Amino acid sequence: MAKLTAIEKKQSKYGYMFIAPMFIVFVVFSIYPILYTLYLSFTRFTGVRDPEWVGIVNYTRVLNDPNFYESLLNTVRIWGINIILQVGLAFLLIMVFSDLKYKFKGLKAFRIIFYLPNLIAAASVALIFRMMLDTDYGTLNELLLTLNIVDSPVRWLKDTMLAQLSVANIQTWMWFGNSFILFMAAVQAVNKEVIESAVIDGCGRLSIMRYVKLPLIKPILIYVGVTSLIGGLQLFDVPYLITDGRGAPSGSLNTVIVYLFNHAFTYRNFGYASAIAFMLFLIIMTVSGIFVLIMNRSRVKDFLNKKKNDFSEYRKRKKANI
Amino acid sequence: MTKKEKSKQTAVYTSIYIGLFLLVLITVVPFFLVLMNATRTGNAIQNNPLAFFPGDALVDNFKILMARANVIRGFFNSLFVSTSATFLSGYFGALTAYGFYVYKFKGNKPLFVFIIVFLMVPPQLAFLGFYQFMANLGFVDTFVPLIVPMIANIGTIFFLRQYAEGVIPKVMLESARIDGANELYAFHKIGIPMMMPGIATMSIFTFIGSWNNYLMARIMLNSPDKFTLPLQIAQLRAGTVWVNNQGAIYVGLAFSIIPIVLFFIIFSRFLVDSIAAGAVKG
Repeated sequence: MAKLTAIEKKQSKYGYMFIAPMFIVFVVFSIYPILYTLYLSFTRFTGVRDPEWVGIVNYTRVLNDPNFYESLLNTVRIWGINIILQVGLAFLLIMVFSDLKYKFKGLKAFRIIFYLPNLIAAASVALIFRMMLDTDYGTLNELLLTLNIVDSPVRWLKDTMLAQLSVANIQTWMWFGNSFILFMAAVQAVNKEVIESAVIDGCGRLSIMRYVKLPLIKPILIYVGVTSLIGGLQLFDVPYLITDGRGAPSGSLNTVIVYLFNHAFTYRNFGYASAIAFMLFLIIMTVSGIFVLIMNRSRVKDFLNKKKNDFSEYRKRKKANI
Repeated sequence: MTKKEKSKQTAVYTSIYIGLFLLVLITVVPFFLVLMNATRTGNAIQNNPLAFFPGDALVDNFKILMARANVIRGFFNSLFVSTSATFLSGYFGALTAYGFYVYKFKGNKPLFVFIIVFLMVPPQLAFLGFYQFMANLGFVDTFVPLIVPMIANIGTIFFLRQYAEGVIPKVMLESARIDGANELYAFHKIGIPMMMPGIATMSIFTFIGSWNNYLMARIMLNSPDKFTLPLQIAQLRAGTVWVNNQGAIYVGLAFSIIPIVLFFIIFSRFLVDSIAAGAVKG
């Protein structure tokens, strides 16, 4: 960096002053706790006496813990069902509202309505659906029975697979509006002339979607997918509050964070819970890393190509010298 | 357009709008249910979970609810926490973003990249250490851990830094300095007003996030009179007495939902565009 002039040096001082409050709070309330969690993960600690150093025992235990893997599987499964429905629904909606031939009105109003579920606290959402999906007194079963769609009450929250499906659908209900708004913004950014020339060239609606819009929405699609995965891996409020907080039925609603939370605050096993937290962190960082690589795929390719060329240049020169 | 084409067009429009309407129904039914059942007695709800007409048990339900959980207190607790958090997040977010944007100093870029990386760190990683740390400092069961950390709201800082780049011309600050203004004055009289739309937008999200927060409030607060609304709502699910008093539960839910929904609908103009803008830029 070039040397700063006298004025700029004086201004540097102000720069540091302006960002200081935030950094102080950041180090104290974010960085230190993370380091402390890392420390706890190497200890045995119940919150009563002082933490007792035990080395990597917690980590080996996590890696051999079938419940941990099951919670991971549950979390990913719920997310998987959710993301397909969420993105699929958002996609259908943008196909409707970006259609060239049929102009559908009310986009602004629909966006607001579909976004509303995202505003409610997950705690409230969990309680509402806990009551709606109740096997014996729930509204949904009442409706289905009255309309004769089913013969007996559906065990939405009592059957392991249905419970995961229910939670996944609740997540979809909460997030499809958000995805819809994001996708819509990306589609609207597509240059109208490009689409119009495609129409003139005789492209049908599906072709336009595939060859024009889709490639341009891809970045947003990836963004939504990855942020959804990162958020999905941290799923807690709904699965925790919609049944008994221990993952009922039969642990099927045990997501990683529910599992972690119980180890920390129910079994008072802070050391082990911290180790779980760090394992999850590593998984999320890996996913984020892959995401960054995908987003910068072309740059990574160029970088690797350059290295390859440099290396073959080097070998050529070596051969010439011998 | 031929008659055949016209009727086909009408058919398409109609069926799509019907589909959209059904989707709206599904989206809105839970809200409708909460409002409706808040006015019905627990017995009525148990006997007939589905209803299209409101009952008249609103006041009774409210009394039952208040006997168990003081939601008025909870409402004001939530209001206090969320407003304070939002204010700190907005002001210090603007201050920090402004600092990064306006001043050249050593480490400007690396520091900024460093905090952005932290956007990807899951909050669950910190919360165990955070809890112990707060316990050691004696801040458990206070509002401090829920408010003070918002001074370092990274999402806001990131957004406002980009925003400032778009709206604050550095030359304006230069001329202010020439006219004798000091840096803080320039920030308060030029920086903040120009960043205001961005600050407002991020503040709305911060407020909603803070209002809805459950995990942090759950682990930090112990005394019922300090509970925020999400905590009180979550408490309503335990205990057999509630099976018979669902009407009261729904009143509690209404309490936690209606303020946010109203808040959103009033400010929705700013929000929907910026959710989109954030995506297109990012």
